[in-house]
Parts: sequence; structure tokens; C-alpha cells
Amino acid sequence: MPEMTYRDALNLALKEEMRRDESIVLWGEDVALYEGSFKVTRGLLAEFGEERVKDTPISENTIVGVAVGAAMGGLRPVAELMTVNFALLAMDQIINHMAKIRFMFGGQTFLPMVIRMPGGGGSQLAAQHSQSLESYFMHCPGLYVAYPATAADAKGLLKSAIRDNNPVIFLEHELLYNSTGDVPLDPEFLVPFGKANIMRSGKDVTIVAYARMSVLALQAAEELEKDGIQCEVIDLRTLSPLDMDTVISSAQKCGRAVVVEECWRTAGLGGDIAHRIHLACFESLLAPVQRVSGLDVPMPYSRKIERICIPQVASIVAAVREVMQ
Amino acid sequence: MEAKLRTVLPDHDLIKLYEQMVQSREFEESCAEQYTKGHITGFLHLYSGQEAVAVGATAGLHRDDYILSAYREHAQAIVRGAEPRRVMAELFGKSSGICKGKGGSMHLFDPSLNFMGGYAIVGGQFPIAVGLAFSAKFRREERIAACFFGDGAVNQGTFHESLNWARLWELPVLFICENNFYGIGTEVHRSSALSSIHKRTCGYDIPSEKVDGMDVIAVYKAVKYAAEKVRETSHPYFIEAVTYRFRGHSMADPAKYRSAAEHEVWKARDPIPNFAKRLIAEGIATAEQLEQVLTRAREVVQEAVQFAEASPWPEDREVFDDIYV
Repeated sequence: MPEMTYRDALNLALKEEMRRDESIVLWGEDVALYEGSFKVTRGLLAEFGEERVKDTPISENTIVGVAVGAAMGGLRPVAELMTVNFALLAMDQIINHMAKIRFMFGGQTFLPMVIRMPGGGGSQLAAQHSQSLESYFMHCPGLYVAYPATAADAKGLLKSAIRDNNPVIFLEHELLYNSTGDVPLDPEFLVPFGKANIMRSGKDVTIVAYARMSVLALQAAEELEKDGIQCEVIDLRTLSPLDMDTVISSAQKCGRAVVVEECWRTAGLGGDIAHRIHLACFESLLAPVQRVSGLDVPMPYSRKIERICIPQVASIVAAVREVMQ
Repeated sequence: MEAKLRTVLPDHDLIKLYEQMVQSREFEESCAEQYTKGHITGFLHLYSGQEAVAVGATAGLHRDDYILSAYREHAQAIVRGAEPRRVMAELFGKSSGICKGKGGSMHLFDPSLNFMGGYAIVGGQFPIAVGLAFSAKFRREERIAACFFGDGAVNQGTFHESLNWARLWELPVLFICENNFYGIGTEVHRSSALSSIHKRTCGYDIPSEKVDGMDVIAVYKAVKYAAEKVRETSHPYFIEAVTYRFRGHSMADPAKYRSAAEHEVWKARDPIPNFAKRLIAEGIATAEQLEQVLTRAREVVQEAVQFAEASPWPEDREVFDDIYV
């Protein structure tokens, strides 16, 4: 199978699905003519035309709300918010409408829609453009949340997201767009929701991560291997539905666990995962579960101090050493 | 000089308009009683006084046109065809309710009637109406989306975003503002720089008109004309229906911000007795016939209450149903 970038894998997923299903429509700011601020939608306007690939005004809440209405009316919209930071403008339609409509209307409708958003930090984009807000979406019942770590998962998860009849928040990590990996060309290659991926097997410690943190966790595992520490790296892939079975089996086997998240530590999703590991594995754990999280500060611009706000390979290595003592 | 009623509609249709207004009024007044008895709880926003808008507008729309509203929407649902017993059961929180008791007063929904909700976030319905219109146009359907909202909603961000979007993308949305002059206790001129609401639509290149919302025939004619225009041109249109709610914003509101004198002026314009006078004066119905309409409406509402009282509560496990597909 060929190697391609995470970006191209997403692009291919969109193309394959749009070829397969004419009810899929796509819109967002600058996604059509400009081909996307991160170029994920390159070539889509040319192939699928103006009726299905559309540029929108800068109206995030309505970008999502129109997708809600279009989904209710029988289409399968894939709308883009330019970054997760701007999703905050759309939180009413995401949390109050997209997530609740099926339930509050007694199951009489469903919203087969995807909202794609780039997220994460590390490019000196400063406080308002560097956030990791996945906890807000994972916290909300009624949403599915996917956040791929690899190019193959990007393709497989996006295709699954589009085919799913539930509303999906599809996060993409900005620093992973250029990352490469082997990606199956089979147009029926799908990655299921609710199934975490054991990226690396090991017996000493479970590292649970997602998105770019999974990539860093793999690098940390390489380094720790030199000291004879065998890490099992689990990439969550989807935060909702969450696959705790894989995590708990692993933590029970290893007796030690580290949870890595890019989002802020306080009330971050890692706390919930760590607690679930504690409850399920208390008898088997040899140490408390460690967390590696983003620093509880707004992201500064200056690259020297931005670096310490986001978990690094070194911080994951340090947490593993802590849990091994 | 007003046109004769018979030049507008056949006799049985005119009488049906009267029946629907009376049914709505009786239903709402019964809800007030059931609320004080504790059978309906939470928020209850009653429509009494505004019946000419729901009834006249629905008569001017096609059966497959989408209708969306806010939280003062019992009349719109019932006039569209929702059974009063199933709406009452919903208000009682019973599983036989139109949304299985999951939604309540503010979240009525029935896609078989193209009644697409029932929303509690002021302005939340605007983008969804635009999205439904988009899906109709995309699928080459002849239907339009009629979006009801109050005078308070016109300052919400989604109002501006949605009007702009509907015009820009040439979508068949009919915006119907029920201007009852108050957003809870805040009069229009205290919240809108331009309190003549229909005048603001020129900012979005959308044609508009103002209509007497206490006159069911005036509303019917305006909506019928507007809906056809929207259907033909696929451009949005805006109607401001000037009306009045006889009760407070909700059952919790004693409406002290309105004077008794003002209330008297509007009570004299009650759409129901005024339409009755015209029907009798023009020989379309007798006073006895109209009295029978009232009796029948009360029987329907009484049966609805009995049905709701006798219906079962949802099972506890139903709290997990209908979140995801």
C-alpha cells in the first residue's frame, strides 16, 4: 500500500465517499475555491461542482446549524470549521442542537453529519489559535468524537464518520497534516468507532494517548526501550465512543499506566480516563496512574515558552519513569 | 373596505380556520389549568392571542412545507395536524407523548407532519430552517421552509447569519416574525435599534412586509402570496406579523411590565371573536354553529387531558434510548 500524508488521506476519504454517495455535501470557509486553509479539500470543487462543494460566509454557528438542518432534511453534510478554536462560536448549534435533537425529539430523526475541525498547538499561533478543546465535545452526550493519529486512521475514521448516522465531531491535528504513513487504497477500508488501536505492545506500562500525543508516545516508547522498559502504546482513535476495554485489559496486564492529553490538565479528559483505570484496575496497579497534560495556561506566542505548554516526548518519558518507581 | 370572506376561501375552509383558532385557544387555556394543578411542569409558554398567525400561516403553506418554530409552538404543531392528546401527553411527560416525554412543551416535533421543532434557544431554529431549505432545493423538491420566531430573536447572531446565508445561497426560506412586542419583559424598542422589524431585512436584500397578526385572513393571504413567491424564486421572504400574547411570557410571568389599558386594547382585537363576527355577518356560519365548534373543541381538549392522565410514564431505562442511532 502506498505512503501518503495525513492530509492526502483525508482528501482521498472525502473524494471516495463523495463519489459513492451523492447525498454528501461539503461546505466551510474557503474550502471550495481556495481548496481549504489546510488544503484538505483540494480538488473537490473541480470534481464535484458548486452544488456539492460550497464556500460559506464567516458564520460558524450557522455553518453547523445549516448542516443540522440539511441532515434533518435527508442529506449527509460534511461541514468544516476552520479550526477548533472557532468551534467556540458554534457551541450552541453543536451542544444544544446537533447533540440533542435526536434525543429530545424522541428519536424521530437522526443527524448523519460530520463537522471537521483542525486542532492542537505548537506552531506559535498564540492563545486563540492553539487550543485543544476535545474535552468539551467528549463531555457532551449525543456527539461522537474522532481524532486520528495516523494517515491510515485519518482515512478510515473519516470514512466511518461520514457513513455513520450519528453526528460526529471530527478533529484533525494541525501538526499531523504533513505526517506520512501507509494508507490502504481499498475504498472499503474503514476504521471502526469505539475501537482503540494498540500501536505498540509492551508488558511494563500502558501509555494511553490520542492524536499527536500518540505519535509522541511512540517516540517515548522507542527511547524507553533502550532502558529495557517495554511500553504498550494505545491510541484511542475515538474519544466517543470510548474504548475503555482495550485500555483496562492493558493496564491490568502492565500494572502501570500513563495517560497523555494535549488539552489543559484541569478537568481534562485524561482525568476521567485515569479514574476509570483506577476503579477497574485498583487491585492490579503497582502505582497511581500518571497524567501528562497541557499546562493550565493560555498558549503564549514565543516559541521558547510555547514548547513547555504542550507535552513533549521528554515529559512522557519522565511520567513513565515516575510510574516505574 | 375589506374583501368579502367568500372571495378568499370557500365556506368550509373559512369555518376550519375558526375551528383551528378555537381549538388552539382551548388547548392553551387547558394547559394553564393543568400547569396550576402540577400535571405540566417546567416551562410553559402559551400562545393565547396569537392564534391568527399559526392558523392563517399554516393555511397559506403546502402540506409538505417544513415548519419550524421556537418554544411557544403548541398551536403550530396542532394546527399542522398533531393530535391534541399526544401533545398533552408530551406536556404531562408521558411516554405516549409526541416525543415520548423526552422533549416537553418546548420540543414538539413530528416529521410526518413536516413539523420540525420546537426549540428553546432563541434563534436556534434559524440555521436549521436554512439547512432544511437547502436540502429541499438540493433534492429538487418544491417545498419551502417556514421559520416562525419572535421579536426577541431578531437580535440573535443566527438571525443575521441565517438571513444573509438564505439570500446568498438563494434558499426557499419564509421567515415569519411573530412580533408580540415583548421578549419576556423587554419591549421591542428597548432591544431593537430599529423596532420596525420588517425594515431591517433590506440589509440582507430580502423583501418583507408587515401584516396584522390578529386577522387570520390577512395572515393567510400574506403567507400564501409569500410562500408562492419563495417557491417560484427560491429566494427568502420575510413577514412581520404584529400580534399580542394575552398571557405572560410563561406561566411564571405575571406580566407586570404591561399595563391593563394596553391589554384591554389588544383583547378587543382578539382574533377569535372578531373572526366569528365576520363569519356571522357574511352568512357563512350561524352563532349556533360556532357555539358547537367551541363545545367540540372543549371535548377534544378534555379527552386529551384524560388520555394524558391515563398514559404511562417512561421507563427509567428510556433515558438511554434515542441518543445515538
